[in-house]
Amino acid sequence: MVTRFKEALNSGKFVITSEIGPPKGTNIEKMHHHIDLLKDKIVAMNVTDHQSSVMRFPSIGGCLAIKEHGGEPILQMTCRDRNRLALQAELLFAYTRGVRNVLCLTGDAVPVGDHKEAKGVFDLDSVQLLKAIRQMESGKDLGGNDLDGAVEFCAGAIVTPEANPIEPQLLKFEKKVEAGAEFFQTQAIYDLDNFGKFMKYARQFPVKILAGIVLLTSARMAKYMTENVPGIFVPQNLIDELAAAPKGEALNKGIEIAGRMIAALKKDSICDGVHVMAIGREELVPDILAAAGL
Amino acid sequence: MKSITKQKSFDEIREQLEGLDRVYIIGCGTCATMTKTGGIEEVQDMKDRLQELGKIVTGSTVIPTACDEMTEVALKENNGAISSSNCILVMSCALGVHKVSCYIDRFVIPALDTLFIGLEDEPGNFHEVCAQCGQCVLGQTAGICPLTACHKGLLNGPCGGTNRGKCEVDITKDCAWTLIYQRLEAQGRLDMMRKYQPPKNFQAAPRPRTIKIA
Repeated sequence: MVTRFKEALNSGKFVITSEIGPPKGTNIEKMHHHIDLLKDKIVAMNVTDHQSSVMRFPSIGGCLAIKEHGGEPILQMTCRDRNRLALQAELLFAYTRGVRNVLCLTGDAVPVGDHKEAKGVFDLDSVQLLKAIRQMESGKDLGGNDLDGAVEFCAGAIVTPEANPIEPQLLKFEKKVEAGAEFFQTQAIYDLDNFGKFMKYARQFPVKILAGIVLLTSARMAKYMTENVPGIFVPQNLIDELAAAPKGEALNKGIEIAGRMIAALKKDSICDGVHVMAIGREELVPDILAAAGL
Repeated sequence: MKSITKQKSFDEIREQLEGLDRVYIIGCGTCATMTKTGGIEEVQDMKDRLQELGKIVTGSTVIPTACDEMTEVALKENNGAISSSNCILVMSCALGVHKVSCYIDRFVIPALDTLFIGLEDEPGNFHEVCAQCGQCVLGQTAGICPLTACHKGLLNGPCGGTNRGKCEVDITKDCAWTLIYQRLEAQGRLDMMRKYQPPKNFQAAPRPRTIKIA
């Protein structure tokens, strides 16, 4: 069965996805509100998996909520917290509950999060997790045993077009393609020229690429990201543009920049779509889409 | 092989010694001497500090190599001072602590934490090179072990946390996969890195690990 998300990827239309950050706690109203706000405006919603190694409500829980609200979920699965038994078990569960899109990630390191003394698992890596899904689709688990009922997923992965150095990253990208990734959602990109170069390279592979759009909320945040976050480069002209915004207007400027980038990517068909990450400001995603003329 | 150790905080040592007034101290003349955690000087310093604390130090010795067979002999030679103590404080790596425990019917208390098996690249600078996983991959990774040199122990290339050749966890540390890539590229062997590496077999040497050499 082809998922709604996969159908959209195959349609040739510009695909828009976004993400939901589950709560740290049991107050799920805000998450439900974000789901309702976005479910009809975008094709599918990722649910992050203890993003930045910060313990939260689980990704699968968010995906089920999206299903209940009539939306299309993409289950983010990192290899940080579960060994191969637990990962496979969760895939079985997800499949039976109609969660059929999976984004495979290695996962952030434990010490960057809020449980610094925890054990990082990394029994599998992202490439091995993709392979595991394909093996489970053939009716076998990773131990080589028969499954009583196989799975079927639209599986994807991430890539960092601004990684420095880029060559090892591209090599891993190709391994992910070979392991069965059908789509890629990229780390945040801001330099469209550089992203264009990456896309020229990526177009030789039979995969769909959704460019990562992370909302810039201030010049300070943009500067921090470019200086400290691995794989993110914010060109100086964007930082200047945010800094020049009148007092209290930086956020609106960030929305305008994000919208402008999405419109440019769509207009020139540079990639197959975008993945919008508003990081805690999900309620602004409709504004970003409006700014993009969508 | 060098067993790299770090001395426990004195508070922790004091806590472990609570209610134990007569202490015999054992140091090690090999790794712990080199790391300045359990050599002659450190044993003497520990003796002074314990005495300041009001403990009676019944004796001390620095065994040439605490983890080898001579430990039993050394302990027998010092039997007098040892039997008048009620605990042994061992300033060696865990191998020495273990060895001492085999021969003495006394409380054996470690004064050091064993960190890793490593090499000294420049004086005083030690780094881990082998996780003793039981399935060596160095032949495919240009002699750099991704299991030890990569924070996440990844086998199929770098994660997204690599930043200008450094690791997101600690910017003073190199990204192992950037190093592996550079070395394989220089050797014209990038095909090694393109090869899919399957999940690790954690039963290559099942725990607890033992082996009988015929």
